[in-house]
Amino acid sequence: MRTPSSLLDPGLLKAAGSSAFRKLDPRVQWANPVMFVTELGAVLCTLAVAGNLLVGSWDGFDLQATLWLWFTVFFASFAEALAEGRGKAQAESLKRARTQATARRLQNDREECVAATELQKGDVVVCEAEDIIPADGEVIEGIATVDESAITGESAPVIRESGGDRSAVTGGTRVISDRIVIRVTSEKGNTFLDRMITMVEGAQRQRTPNEIALGQLLLGLTAAFVLAVFTLPAFTHYSAAAGGKPDAAPLSLVVLVCLLVCLIPTTIGGLLSAIGISGIDRLIRRNVMATSGRAVEAAGDIDVLLLDKTGTITLGSRRAAAFLPAPGLTPNQLADAAQLASLADATPEGRSIVVLAKEGFNLRGREVAAPHAKFVPFTAQTRMSGVDLPGSDGQPTRRIRKGAASAVRTFVESQGGQFPGEVAAAVDEVARQGGTPLVVAENGRVLGVIQLKDVVKGGIKERFARLRRMGIRTVMITGDNPLTAAAIAAEAGVDDFMAQATPEDKLARIRDEQARGHLVAMTGDGTNDAPALAQADVGVAMNTGTQAAREAGNMVDLDSNPTKLIEIVEIGKQLLTTRGALTTFSIANDVAKYFAILPAMFGGLYAVNAARPGPLSALNLMHLATPQSAILSAVIFNALIIIALIPLALRGVRYRPLGATAVLRRNLFVYGLGGLAAPFVGIKLLDLLITCLGIA
Amino acid sequence: MKTIVTALRLLLVLTLLTGVIYPLMVTGIAKTCFAKQAEGSLIRCQGVIIGSELIAQSFTNEACFWPRPSSADFATVPSGASNQGPTNRDLKRAIGERAARYRDAQVPADLLLASGSGLDPHISPEAARFQMSRVTRARRLTPGQQRRLESLVEQSIEPPQLGILGEPRVNVLKLNLALDSL
Amino acid sequence: MNARDGLQLAMYTGALMALTPWLGGHILRAANGERHLLSRFLLPVERLIYRTAGVAPDEEMRWTQYALSVVWFNGMGLVLLLVLQMLQEYLPLNPQGLPSPSWHLALNTAVSFATNTNWQAYSGEATMSYLTQSLGFTVQNFLSAATGVAVLLALTRGLVRRSTRTLGNFWADLVRTTLHLFLPLSVLLAVVLVSQGVVQNLSPSAEATTLEHAHQVIPLGPAASQIAIKQLGTNGGGFFGTNSAHPFENPTPLSNFLEMLAILLIPSALCSTYGHMVGSRRQGWAIWTVMMLLFLAGLGLALWAEHQPNPALGGLPNLEGKETRFGIANSVLWATATTGASNGSVNAMHDSFSPLGGLVPLVNILLGEVVFGGVGAGLYGMLMFVVLTVFMAGLLVGRTPEYLGKKVEAREVRLAMIAVLAPCAIVLVSAAAAAVVPAGTGSLNNAGPHGLSEILYAFASMTNNNGSAFGGLHAATPFYDLVGALCMLLGRFAVIVPVLALAGGMASKKVSPASTGTLRTDGGLFMILLVGVVIIVGALTFLPVLTLGPVIEHLLMLQGRVF
Repeated sequence: MRTPSSLLDPGLLKAAGSSAFRKLDPRVQWANPVMFVTELGAVLCTLAVAGNLLVGSWDGFDLQATLWLWFTVFFASFAEALAEGRGKAQAESLKRARTQATARRLQNDREECVAATELQKGDVVVCEAEDIIPADGEVIEGIATVDESAITGESAPVIRESGGDRSAVTGGTRVISDRIVIRVTSEKGNTFLDRMITMVEGAQRQRTPNEIALGQLLLGLTAAFVLAVFTLPAFTHYSAAAGGKPDAAPLSLVVLVCLLVCLIPTTIGGLLSAIGISGIDRLIRRNVMATSGRAVEAAGDIDVLLLDKTGTITLGSRRAAAFLPAPGLTPNQLADAAQLASLADATPEGRSIVVLAKEGFNLRGREVAAPHAKFVPFTAQTRMSGVDLPGSDGQPTRRIRKGAASAVRTFVESQGGQFPGEVAAAVDEVARQGGTPLVVAENGRVLGVIQLKDVVKGGIKERFARLRRMGIRTVMITGDNPLTAAAIAAEAGVDDFMAQATPEDKLARIRDEQARGHLVAMTGDGTNDAPALAQADVGVAMNTGTQAAREAGNMVDLDSNPTKLIEIVEIGKQLLTTRGALTTFSIANDVAKYFAILPAMFGGLYAVNAARPGPLSALNLMHLATPQSAILSAVIFNALIIIALIPLALRGVRYRPLGATAVLRRNLFVYGLGGLAAPFVGIKLLDLLITCLGIA
Repeated sequence: MKTIVTALRLLLVLTLLTGVIYPLMVTGIAKTCFAKQAEGSLIRCQGVIIGSELIAQSFTNEACFWPRPSSADFATVPSGASNQGPTNRDLKRAIGERAARYRDAQVPADLLLASGSGLDPHISPEAARFQMSRVTRARRLTPGQQRRLESLVEQSIEPPQLGILGEPRVNVLKLNLALDSL
Repeated sequence: MNARDGLQLAMYTGALMALTPWLGGHILRAANGERHLLSRFLLPVERLIYRTAGVAPDEEMRWTQYALSVVWFNGMGLVLLLVLQMLQEYLPLNPQGLPSPSWHLALNTAVSFATNTNWQAYSGEATMSYLTQSLGFTVQNFLSAATGVAVLLALTRGLVRRSTRTLGNFWADLVRTTLHLFLPLSVLLAVVLVSQGVVQNLSPSAEATTLEHAHQVIPLGPAASQIAIKQLGTNGGGFFGTNSAHPFENPTPLSNFLEMLAILLIPSALCSTYGHMVGSRRQGWAIWTVMMLLFLAGLGLALWAEHQPNPALGGLPNLEGKETRFGIANSVLWATATTGASNGSVNAMHDSFSPLGGLVPLVNILLGEVVFGGVGAGLYGMLMFVVLTVFMAGLLVGRTPEYLGKKVEAREVRLAMIAVLAPCAIVLVSAAAAAVVPAGTGSLNNAGPHGLSEILYAFASMTNNNGSAFGGLHAATPFYDLVGALCMLLGRFAVIVPVLALAGGMASKKVSPASTGTLRTDGGLFMILLVGVVIIVGALTFLPVLTLGPVIEHLLMLQGRVF
């Protein structure tokens, strides 16, 4: 999936080139009024030039201008084709994964071989090692490791098992080990892979709401400029007569079309669809599948983000944070015992106790290696784990246990010991602060409490601060009690939290936020997240999640990384910003183009005699050499700027998480003022070049 | 249909209010408080209306101060301006003709350029001072009378209203009326 | 430009600014039917009007019904005015015995007054009887102005209300605006104007014998009552032909100051009313500031241009067409104000301004009358630009654009573009037609590029419902009367209908709460962007034709060329 597609990949360029030619079909251009008008102009100019050739007159300027008009249309088509081409390349690699392999369908406990394409929703199939999973489905039996690299690009195999939140498998992926039974959940032709292919190919790309609105704006501007330009012959007719030369050369069609094409917003018009396609492309390259471009754009508008605590804000596991010894003991003694009890504990919690003891008390797991040590694993019955060390020198066996307070109380009392009140108080205190207390005991004696805490992911606070600057409020969702939740919320720097949240609570919260006018995004993976994912404006399902969740959301993160949402939001914003920036640039360009073309068109009006230029040549601020070179320079600049801005359109304007005003100031400065100044420089340089080459 | 009926009824009611009651009410107040102004600030001389102090009248007599040119030749019905633009050949010619009347190279501009209403009752103080020598010559004024003329012109300069608004100016009709007192 | 000029300009803007919040608050109370200073006398009258006309003032209207009411009401006013003119010679209060005007002039004039344009192809004192002036023009001066305010109120409600479909009641808006806003101010202004020398009577013209024993007719009539509302209601149609340059319309610098103040007073105050209504006075002041910036920019350029001597006329100062009592500064100030607002009254002849001095009024009009603009119309026009600016700004900051918490989507952009660009299109097409057909060029008073400016100014003024003119153009011809009437109608209602449609759509939207990601629409940056959008969208399409008119004339004037 992570196809490295450099802009300058020769294969891509070539494919885009030929595709761009096919796009010159006016029926294709019709969808884009700006380019349609440009093409129409180019056609008219071609006819004019051809007509002149037929009557034997020849004008090099007309021909060159006409060619550049065609280039303008071609460059715009090329930009779109290039953006699509990158998607197509990715689609090809996906299609290779969509095999024609056979499926082993289970019917009445009998296995039969059928073509994968024959599978119906609800069929049950078996997959063993080296089998390609024939369709999207849910594991209903067994556990297996699966290679999903065909879709995610991630080579490390993942575990898929029945029940729970890791039950979804995707057609086209390969089982590496073990055997699973899968119930097919997708209709033929509508598998996840199919949808992905459609998506990246951009075949069914719908225009997004803001794109449609921008289209209206561009259409209006184009219509206004068409009128402005095609009423000019009337005004010029008047001026020529008023200047005493009613028969002065009228404005030629080619010049009028050149002016029109320079004025209408061809830069944004030409790059508009490329921007939209590339937005989705950027998502795909971050391994996120969106079901529609609309969802991507909505992501840019999100202002409330619901995040599950576990795995998103905190690491999945808890860590030992402190040793709280029982009365009469030193922390050191407690740490020593706790470490011993945890040496064989491979859970992250257990390891964190060893590490804390080592780092905090300089204890090393030395005599652990004692050959007679007997480790007691955690069981659901005892709810404790620990170690039995045979006593040396006649000492009794050291039975060290750690576990939940109630379990340890039972253990200690069964050994004839007491559970001290101070320890019970410490247990409550730890719980109150949002931690998890583990009590350590040795034989009949309680040694103290280990405080386990949720560990907030590194850098998460900064990310939330970044979101806040983007105007997005984060809400943490957790099953913890309110105290615990509040403590973690404060540490992680989220704006709000929902404690002891049930799936219904989540749904209600989303509806509530939406009713107040907010746009809500959330991530989820479990089946019980599905209603909330469907309700949210942007629901990002984890690829590791259940099929229900993947169906409900409007995006799937193939990396199953909950913080990916932040990137999705940024891509959504980038999409809008890029359109805005290029529109601003495009319109700002008109000023310089006027200064290039108007003096060239009207320089002769009201001239006293042919030798002295007319008064409007005073507006030739750029001192362009001749009227022809001036017009040609403007048209060439107008065409080349499309090519020059393709990388920006495909890459997107860089997003900075600043306040709206700061972003606006920056973008206005760069694209507004830049758009004002750039064509002055560009047109002047082109004019120098054209004059040097002597082509006009 | 209901809309149409309501529109018509409301139109008639509001016409009565704004087209009949309102103008009559203003007329009533005006006649009560500012009778002279409401009737056109007319100047009467022995019962005969000789003009309005606000409306310019033509003076061609060398012994009088002349008002600004009027492109409608001081017609009052309708009043009118030249509406000639800054690059108008006819305006250039007219300026030449007007300047010739004064037989002087440095004629104040307001005497060469027509006013907007064609009925501008005022000229600039410079224009009044400029015409003093002609009036003096035409009236064959003694040096004493000439000094009185000078002070008459200076007194007839209306300063900006409230000290700020508008331009200093001289009412030609009133100045000419005052000339008889010399 | 001297110190006193500067002081007068400062007094003007200062008075405008000082009166804005006060009057803005009054309009708010009037529009909501709340109590105010005069309500003890006026509320019974209001109830009487409702009863007589059969209006239920609390009946809410959807945008379609509101628009329909606007169209019917103005349509009927138009017909009434047409009939009144055509029957003028048979009706009373016609002491001069004036005949009825031609049908096309009457149609043009009826459309003109019903659309708040008040373009005058006739000379009042020589064409229209006192009855026509009072019962026709004065009435429409009130009602077309009140219509503008009503549409603004409807738009504002659309922006403020949530999840509803209604915009208020047009009849109530119309009556309240007329009765509580325009009438009291008009009476006050009219009386003050009479004290300065504006005539107000029903007498026939006075006959005078001048000092040089010539016969002089001194036209009289009920002028002050009409002038007060023509200024306050941004109508601009003069009682006399030369409008407020006529000494009987505008006799003193003080009357001039008050009339100028009256031009921008209500459009300016409506910004404050708007701020109150949307619940953020800053929003109102932000728009006010943008308007003021555009106003001052135009004023600065025009003042500079008018103070330059004219090389084509032997280096004379630009006094042609200006009145002595006003001088250059007050003439330019008036011209900028009257074209920024869609007033169109003049106290100096714009046709005789220097090329760039005339460019400023022309551009003010071409921008769509949003520099304060017509009463109501200016602000609703500016709000269309605000919608477009919000859209552009939203794209630039990467968020679906919102204004006052409401999403600006394709429908809003489309309607705003129609409202902004329809007048542009009408002006370009009609002016181009006039520039080539003999019926168009035959009416010109000036040759050379100035003639093109006259044509462009005429259609710009009519389409954008301004009404001022490069007055040399002989407009009382069938071509200008009829094409102009069409321009005025389209220019008025091709804006009002999309505005109301937009209001209706906005009213049904939910409000999203603001966050730091929301772009503030009351900050300096937004204001700068708004100025840019007004200039670019409003003027960019006119740059070529402006180049062929005022710009080239300026360059030719510097060369000393005349035509």
